[in-house]
Amino acid sequence: MLLAMTGIGKSFPGVRALDGVDLVVEPGEVHCLLGQNGAGKSTLIKVLAGAHQPDEGEIRWQGEPVRLSSPVAALRLGVATMYQELDLVPGVSVAENIFLGHEPARFGFARKAAARTATAALMRRLGHPEIHPDREVGTLSAAGQQLVSMARALAHDARLIVMDEPTAALASDEVDNLFRIVAELTADGVAIVYISHRLEEIRRIGSRVTVIKDGRTVATGLPADTPTAELVDLMSGRKVETVFPHRDETTVDPTTEVLRVEGLSRRGEFADVGFTVHAGEIVGIAGLVGAGRSEILETIAGARRPDKGTVTVDGKRLRPGSVGAAVRAGVGLAPEERKSQALLLDLPLAHNVTLASLPAYSTAGYLDRAREHRDAKATLERLELRPADPRRLVGTFSGGNQQKAVVARWLVHGCRVLLLDEPTRGVDVGARAELYRLIRELAASGVAVVLVSSEVPEVLGLADRVLVLREGHVVADRPADDLTEAAVLDCVMEGHVMTGSAHALDPEEAI
Amino acid sequence: MAAPEQTAVRAETPAPLAPTKSASRLDLRLAGLLGVLVLLCVVGYVTRPESFLTEANISTMLRLAAAIGVVSVGMTFVIISGGIDLSVGSIVALASVWATTLATQAYGPVVMVLCALLVGLACGMVNGVLISYGKIVPFIATLAMYASARGLAERISGRRTQVVSETGFTDFFRGDFLGVPILIWMLALVFAVGWVLLNRTTFGRRTFAVGGNAEAARLAGIDVKRHTALVYGIAGLCCGIAAIMVIARTTSGASTNGLFYELDAIAAVVIGGTLLSGGRGTLIGTLIGVLIFTVLNSIFTQNNLDTDIQNIAKGVIIVAAVLLQRTTSRRNADKT
Repeated sequence: MLLAMTGIGKSFPGVRALDGVDLVVEPGEVHCLLGQNGAGKSTLIKVLAGAHQPDEGEIRWQGEPVRLSSPVAALRLGVATMYQELDLVPGVSVAENIFLGHEPARFGFARKAAARTATAALMRRLGHPEIHPDREVGTLSAAGQQLVSMARALAHDARLIVMDEPTAALASDEVDNLFRIVAELTADGVAIVYISHRLEEIRRIGSRVTVIKDGRTVATGLPADTPTAELVDLMSGRKVETVFPHRDETTVDPTTEVLRVEGLSRRGEFADVGFTVHAGEIVGIAGLVGAGRSEILETIAGARRPDKGTVTVDGKRLRPGSVGAAVRAGVGLAPEERKSQALLLDLPLAHNVTLASLPAYSTAGYLDRAREHRDAKATLERLELRPADPRRLVGTFSGGNQQKAVVARWLVHGCRVLLLDEPTRGVDVGARAELYRLIRELAASGVAVVLVSSEVPEVLGLADRVLVLREGHVVADRPADDLTEAAVLDCVMEGHVMTGSAHALDPEEAI
Repeated sequence: MAAPEQTAVRAETPAPLAPTKSASRLDLRLAGLLGVLVLLCVVGYVTRPESFLTEANISTMLRLAAAIGVVSVGMTFVIISGGIDLSVGSIVALASVWATTLATQAYGPVVMVLCALLVGLACGMVNGVLISYGKIVPFIATLAMYASARGLAERISGRRTQVVSETGFTDFFRGDFLGVPILIWMLALVFAVGWVLLNRTTFGRRTFAVGGNAEAARLAGIDVKRHTALVYGIAGLCCGIAAIMVIARTTSGASTNGLFYELDAIAAVVIGGTLLSGGRGTLIGTLIGVLIFTVLNSIFTQNNLDTDIQNIAKGVIIVAAVLLQRTTSRRNADKT
C-alpha cells in the first residue's frame, strides 16, 4: 500500500468541501477518481499536493502517518501533481522549468550543463527527444507543456503522480503517447491518480475507480470495467436540496421566437451550435467545464467573434462580435465570474444597475440621477435585494445579492434575451431558491432565458428544454421532462446513450 | 454644486438604515486633505504674517497653480480610467511652441489658441489610439510621446524661446475679469466642466466603469477602446489649455515649458485620493492636492528657503498620503 487517506475533511468559509474522503492507492496502479463538478475532486488533489491542509483525517504514506504541510513537502515525499492549469513558467527554458526550485548547483552556482543533460534524458524517456532543453516553454504546444510538467514529476523521483484531466488539451495521437508513458511508469511501480470525465479513458488505462460525491467517498476500489450505469448512479444519486418552483406550462409562447442561433462555430471551442428560444422559455445547457458552454454564451452576447454562424434576436440578425449591438438588441449576459466580469465592486448599486442603459438615463450625455436612483431602487425591491439602497457599494453585498444586482442591470435595460452563466455559483441555498423563482418570473414575463449550469439538477429543475454539450457539439436537445439526471450525465460523459438503457433519450438524437 | 440634486433625491427616499459607506469614507479623506491644506496656510501665515494671506500672494499662488491644475484634471480622468499619462509635460511644451511660432502668431490670437488646443488634442488622441487600438501599455505609449513631443518642440523652436509679440493674446490672457485674473477663471472653469463631466454624465460613469473593471464594462456593452482613446484625448486637450496659460504667464513659448508637469500632476492626483489602479477618485481631491503643493511652494519661496528642502517635503507628503490611502482601503477590506 503506497497511500492511504482516511476520513479526510476540509471546510472553507460556508462550504464543506470534503466530508470524509477515503482513498487507497497501491504502487503501480492507475487509480481513477470520478465525481461531478463540485464533488470535491479539486480540493482532494490539493490536499494530496500539500496545497491545502485537511481539517481532519489521516494520511499514511507507505504505512507511516505523514503531514503534507506544503507543496515542497509533498514533492520530497514523492507526490507530484500535474494540474489542469499547467503551472509552468512560460518565459524560461524547458530545463529551467523542470529543475525550478531544486536546480543542480555547486558552491551556489547553477550547473546548467547538468540540468540540460538530465532534461534531455527525461525527454528521451518520455518519447519526445525532439524537445530541446533550451526551448522556451511558452513556445511549446499544450501537449509539449504537459510533457514538461510530467518530466518535472519524474525529475523529483515521484512515486505517485496526480494527473488532473491530462487529456483535456490533447489530440488523439498525443493521448496515445500519454497512455504509453503511463503504462511505462506503472510498470516501474509508480502509482497514478487519474482524473478524467471520459469513461472510455478510464476503461483503457484504469486499474480501480473511486467515486466521490458531495465531498464523500461513495465507492472505492471498484474495478475499471464497472458498468457506466452503476458509476453514473453513484455520482448522481444525491438528494436535491433546493425546491424548484413549479413549472408553469403557460409561460412558453411557441409563436414568438426570440433567439435563434444557427451554425455558430469558433475554432477549438465549439462547432455548429444551433438552437432557438421562444418568449417565456428557459433553455438549459448542460455539459462539462470546458465543453464550450461559457464560450457559446459569450459569443451570443457579442463578446467573442464567431468564425461561422449567426445570432438572430426578434428576427434581426446581430452584428457578430459586437457587444454593443447585442446589448442594443436586448441581449444581456450574466457572466460566470461575477466579480471579475460583471460588477464594479467599488461603485454604488445604482451605477452598476444602470451600466448597460446609460443612454436611456441621460439627455445629451447628462445623467438624470433622480430617475436612475428611483428605477434602480424599484428594481432592487422587485428582486428583493436587501438592503435595497442604490447608494450602497456592491462589494459589501453577499454572492446572492450581487447576482441579483447583475440581473437587475438587464431588467432595467429591458432585455429580451437573458444569458445566465452559472447563476448560482457561490450563492447559498436560501438565496438560490429566490434566484430560481426570479428566473422563472423573468421567463413568465416573456424573456427568453438561456441557462448554463454545472449542476444537472438545476438545469433539469429550471429549464423547459435542455441542450447537452460535449466537446463543443450539441449532442442532445430535448424537453427537460423527458430527461433524468442520470441520462444527462450519461450523455455528457459518453457522448451517446448506452444501448439498452432505460433512459428516455433517443440514440439517434444523440449522435 | 451637488446640493439641489442631492436634496431632491433625499426627499423621495427616507434616510437609509446603513450610512452609505462610499460617501462617508470619501468625505473623511477629503476633510483630512483639507485639514492639511489649512495647516499649511496657517504655517505660511505664521512665518510671513505680513505677506502670505494677502490678495496679491493668493492671486500669485493660484496663477502659478493654474497650468498644473488644468493638466491634473486631465490626469485625473486618465488615472480613474485605469491608465497613466507620462507625456503631459511634453505636450504642453509642444503646444506652447507650435502656438507661438512667428507663422502662427501672424494669424492672430484666435488661431494661436486654436492651435494650442488642437496640438494638445491631437497628441492625446495619438496616445489614446496607440493604447486602445494598438494595445500598447499606457506607460510605454505615453513614454514614447514624452520623448518625441518634446523633441518635436525643440525642432520647431530650434531650442529658442519664442517671445509672444501678438499683444491681443497677452492682453486678454494676462488680464482680469471682475477683479480676478483670467488664468484663475480658466482654472475654475476647467475644474467645473471636468467635475460635471466626471460626476454628472454618461462619459464620467463610463470612465469609472472602464477603470474599475474593463471586462465588466465591455460585457455591459460599453465601447471600452473608443472610451479609452477619448480619455487620453481629454488629457491632451487639457495640456493644450495649460499651454495657453503658460504662454500667457511667461509671454513666450519654449520647448522647456511644462518640465516635470507629469510628475507634479500624478502626485496631485494621487494625494487627492484617486486610486492609481483606477476606478475610484475625485476631482475635488485633485484640486486640493494641487493647492497643497502650491501653498507649500509659496511657503518656501516667501521664506527664501532652498528648493531642495521643498522637494524633500513634497516627497514626504506623497508617501504620507499613499500610506493613509492604504490604511483606509485596508479598513474597508476588513469590513467586507
